[in-house]
Amino acid sequence: MSAVIVERVKAHFGGAVVETTSFRGDETIVVTPAAYYDVAKFLRDDAACDMSMFIDITAVDYPSRDARFELVLSLYSLHKGHRIRLKTRLFEAEEGEPADAAKPTTVPTVSTIWAAANWFEREVWDMFGLKFEGHPDLRRLLLYEEFQGHPLRKDYPADKTQPLIPYRQGPDVLGKQLPFLGDEGMPFGRKDWAQRDAAWADDAMGDPSDAPPPDGTAPTPVP
Amino acid sequence: MEPNDYDIDETDLELPTEPMRLNMGPSHPAMHGTIRMILELDGESVEKVDVQMGYLHRGFEKMCERGTWAQVFPYTDRLNYVSPILNNVGYALAVEKLCGITVPERCQWYRVILGELSRAADHLTCNAAMAMELGAFTPFLWMMKAREHIWDLLEEETGARLTHSFFRIGGAAKPPTENLKRRATEICEAVERVCRESEKLLLTNRIFLDRMQGIGKISAAEAIQFGWTGPALRSTGVAYDVRKAHPYLTYDRVEFEVPVGHDGDNYDRFMVRWAELYQSMRIVRQCVEQMPDDGPVNVDAPELILPDKQDVYRTIEGTIQHFKLVMEGPKVPKGEVYSYTEGGNGELGFYIVSDGTGTPYRVRVRPPCVFTLQGFPRMIRGHMIADIVPTFGSVNMIGGECDR
Repeated sequence: MSAVIVERVKAHFGGAVVETTSFRGDETIVVTPAAYYDVAKFLRDDAACDMSMFIDITAVDYPSRDARFELVLSLYSLHKGHRIRLKTRLFEAEEGEPADAAKPTTVPTVSTIWAAANWFEREVWDMFGLKFEGHPDLRRLLLYEEFQGHPLRKDYPADKTQPLIPYRQGPDVLGKQLPFLGDEGMPFGRKDWAQRDAAWADDAMGDPSDAPPPDGTAPTPVP
Repeated sequence: MEPNDYDIDETDLELPTEPMRLNMGPSHPAMHGTIRMILELDGESVEKVDVQMGYLHRGFEKMCERGTWAQVFPYTDRLNYVSPILNNVGYALAVEKLCGITVPERCQWYRVILGELSRAADHLTCNAAMAMELGAFTPFLWMMKAREHIWDLLEEETGARLTHSFFRIGGAAKPPTENLKRRATEICEAVERVCRESEKLLLTNRIFLDRMQGIGKISAAEAIQFGWTGPALRSTGVAYDVRKAHPYLTYDRVEFEVPVGHDGDNYDRFMVRWAELYQSMRIVRQCVEQMPDDGPVNVDAPELILPDKQDVYRTIEGTIQHFKLVMEGPKVPKGEVYSYTEGGNGELGFYIVSDGTGTPYRVRVRPPCVFTLQGFPRMIRGHMIADIVPTFGSVNMIGGECDR
């Protein structure tokens, strides 16, 4: 049933279709990143495809491949009842290097086609570090702004720990915020011991216990 | 002096206003889960909401890449922890699709029975919490009583009340108990009786109706744009149910209806879940009639199924097979599939990629409640702050599934 769609996409975007596979009843089309947006739009607008529903967007990391990431878009037609998986292969974006047209690292957002894609593209950015051109609000979805790295990449160790982040200050309310401000809630283990020690070191001439504690708590006696 | 003596343009009297920003959550007593909302308010009505989630993120997808295919089951329990059986079945079906196997008929019926009871527990919990948040505490206790009946049966069958980890690739951990059919019939009756009682308590209550009807409305077209599935989509009048549209297990051999609403407001979402409860009970009754009393539960595939304990202790083949399955995991053929089932909140999909080893290369879950939650800012726009509570309740955001 879904094979019809594969044929239609092939007929319209002959050169852009890299590969098509059919496995256990799932039809997959792999297209070039340049054609990805147009194919997605075609899949929704074409009457025979009619992919009215966005099912999912995710990525898979294959570090050994040249084009490291595979972006996987799943679609469903509510009226026709068929499904398709649209894939495109992207390269890893290198810090500071100019964009290389032969090695595309981004694709346009499809959140203009299906509103549902908004958050899930944010999740792909969060987890894999893939950017989407023209995305209205590309913040991290599940993790926090200061998180280092993108955890679902295969080279991110599963047992890696993240540094303790400083309190966020400032008026940016709509940015992703920390759960508590400094004066909010209980500062579990948040005493800045390094700062206290530094204050004492500056006051090396005097008795350490005379130094004013930076956070207002009584200093613990040093043996 | 009459006020009319002055010829005042009333707009001149209004003070200049600007939207007020209010923080709600992440830990708020009236919220369903740990989630934060930044509200932009005009007076008491909500202009804009920024939903920030991820406070319960555990790295489900990363964890799956560390263990064997079988070790994913306990993690799936903790996705939608109100109906763990449905997640177990969803994941098991995905791996079975990749392996190209179908479980025996008896196991299929068994999965449907436990799955439908789980779905009933899910809907009961959601509706009960929604009612309680509106102050209706008695119906909450009534519905919890019904859920207890269901959990008693699930405990008898699986050994655990909440995190069952019961179904396996290619079957189930244990065959059904002897009492299953009798107990399931009893529980269907008990649940329906309790439901009818709580209906009387709730559905003619003026306060309840006023706060539910016409609040959090959304149109079918918008719901589809947001990718809604499950009861939330059906409340807008779109009769999409995976069990009907793409029957899996034995859903094509039982009769049931797909209840739909037409307004897409809180009341419709409540009522769709409520009607589905009765349909679930109807399905369970038919399953009890049709399920065979004997026959295998697991597929005959030694490369996937753990051998009998007697064989493990008495034969060298059994010992080796057990060792290989536990240490290396069942070898799943290379490839990738997307498998979808009807979870408590909608289409629960698993996109899994295998590189042919005993460890998943990638497990991706399509969390249905995130899609519903994404439509929340649209639903609440223009309503009051107090309406957030029932509307957010009707979204049925489950922290484990939402944040993964």
